[in-house]
Amino acid sequence: MTEQPGFHPAEEPTPDTFAPVEVGLHGVTKRFSDQTAVDDITLRVHEGEFFSVLGPSGCGKTTLLRMVAGFEHPDAGRIELDGVDMVGVPPYRRDVNTVFQSYALFPHMSVWDNVAYGVKRKGVKGDALKKTVGEHLELVRLSPFAKRRPAQLSGGQQQRVAIARALAAGPRLLLLDEPLGALDAVLRKELRMELMRIQREVGTTFLYVTHDQEEALVLSHRIAVMNAGKLEQVGYPEDVYERPATRFVAGFIGTSNILDAKVSGVDGHRVELDAPGVTRLRAPLHGEVRHGQRVAATVRPEKVHLYDQAGEPPSGWCVLNGTVRDVVYTGVSTQYVVHIPGGGELVAFVQNTRRIDDAGAPGQPVRLAWDPDFTVLLESADD
Amino acid sequence: MNRRPWVLGGIAGGVFVFLYAPIAWLAVVSFNDSRSLSRITGFSIRWYAELFDDSRVLESLGLTLRLAVTSAVVSTVIGTLAAFGLRRAFPGRGLWTVLLSLPLVVPEVVLGVALLGFCVKLAGIPLGFGALLAAHVAFSLSFVVVVVRARVAGVDHRLEEAAADLGAGPWVAFRTVTLPLVAPAVAAGAAFAFLLSFDDVVTSSYLTGVGSTTLPVFVYAQAGKRGVSPEIVALSTLMVAVSAALLVAGVMLASRRARASTFVESIRDQ
Repeated sequence: MTEQPGFHPAEEPTPDTFAPVEVGLHGVTKRFSDQTAVDDITLRVHEGEFFSVLGPSGCGKTTLLRMVAGFEHPDAGRIELDGVDMVGVPPYRRDVNTVFQSYALFPHMSVWDNVAYGVKRKGVKGDALKKTVGEHLELVRLSPFAKRRPAQLSGGQQQRVAIARALAAGPRLLLLDEPLGALDAVLRKELRMELMRIQREVGTTFLYVTHDQEEALVLSHRIAVMNAGKLEQVGYPEDVYERPATRFVAGFIGTSNILDAKVSGVDGHRVELDAPGVTRLRAPLHGEVRHGQRVAATVRPEKVHLYDQAGEPPSGWCVLNGTVRDVVYTGVSTQYVVHIPGGGELVAFVQNTRRIDDAGAPGQPVRLAWDPDFTVLLESADD
Repeated sequence: MNRRPWVLGGIAGGVFVFLYAPIAWLAVVSFNDSRSLSRITGFSIRWYAELFDDSRVLESLGLTLRLAVTSAVVSTVIGTLAAFGLRRAFPGRGLWTVLLSLPLVVPEVVLGVALLGFCVKLAGIPLGFGALLAAHVAFSLSFVVVVVRARVAGVDHRLEEAAADLGAGPWVAFRTVTLPLVAPAVAAGAAFAFLLSFDDVVTSSYLTGVGSTTLPVFVYAQAGKRGVSPEIVALSTLMVAVSAALLVAGVMLASRRARASTFVESIRDQ
């Protein structure tokens, strides 16, 4: 990760709401022939946490999960569960259960027998078995379907059986591998809320793998963003979204405006920046910066306000002048794509709280402005 | 095409007559009162009664059934293990696969001669039950491997991972997940192995010892010696009935899962 001054390192906040470390990965590395799928990953997941690993497909997140489950063996590093190294321990001796993306329900067993499978392996019998299975079917609201075969259920119901089956076995840690990936959009949103409720209800630690940034932001206590086998940033959803640590995170989560800029001075707790087409560009000062240092300044589109050219933004705000190129009405907000002379394009999301007028029709000159607190400095693309 | 459906129907009917008329004739004649095979005089089960009075027939039947059951059990166990063994990648897997299916295409006469020579000259296995069993296992095995292997290949590996994930060790996972999923194919393989042994003439005729003749060989010998008698016809009819029943059972088992899921889909679609 970057050591450059002025940037937020991918630091890991230590939440005090969570008890001691439950899962610890230390320098975990996995290679497949010529490719390093997981590259020297170190992270800690705390007891009771809903922890997401977010990244594009092929970034190594599923391999990471499979190593925690015990299906893959790391080439280097340690995987600790409650302080005990798990490397070499087979999956069936780990207190870890998985919700597979493909559900992997046993087709020859009823829903009840599927949920009972892991419980039976723990030697639970008779009334205790019935009670546990019953409770977990209740938890996912599938009690009336106990006698059905998986093939007789819808996709969403099958996924809930998979969750109940994994949780009924009483794991210390539940692994979820893109569990909502195979469902349609509406069902996905519905099950997302369901997952959140279940996690809060049972309190089991969830390690959740997804490529869906919205899912990660909504569900997680903390998020680890992964790219090309490496960790880019670990943090609370607000951190990852509001203060991305790398260009990758800024681009992968949400939409980001990126301006190539140069440090022109420091004024108290603000860094002054220079960029083509910019009237004023500032960012909060973190650490040290050099005069003339090349950086990337980013700002989220919803932080950017749109004024006509006579408009006066609050003093001290970042200001750019440009011309509207595109206007996209999306209901909740309107997206303005603004061309900055000599400085590329910037996107502004404007809430549709005002009466719609033609203040921002394509071709019109406008002024963009935002609070400098929302400017985030990242390493320059050239580095 | 659709304007003359009777053309296709006629051809299909002709094929079925060609296939089943001789067998139907066999069944009818076996219940004929007369010794004549061409003149139907009345209904009777006397030929069946005579069969069950004939100690040679009963002995043969006993031997054939014992042989078929033992051969089916042995070849099913070995064949199923082989099918699972071939699932893993190992050096020479392709060669083993070919070697295991070769007996399917080796002419039976050749197999019979080879086994006769091997048993008598080389291994010193006395002709009779032991030699017959070895031969029947040899040609049934390939069949079991082919049938079970197809099913094993269709087992979703992720289900076995799920079982391991839920705390099942390799043996428990195999017993509770893998085996139940391939069971229909194992049962079908066993049924077909039984049939192959039960119906076999060529190979068996080389290896039957004194006083240990299998039923098909007995029928063949009797028909050759004295021509087709009503007793032989009745015996043949019985054998067809047993074979057909097993064949139907085997086919049903093999397609059970497929039919079950289609059935479920048809319910869901309504």
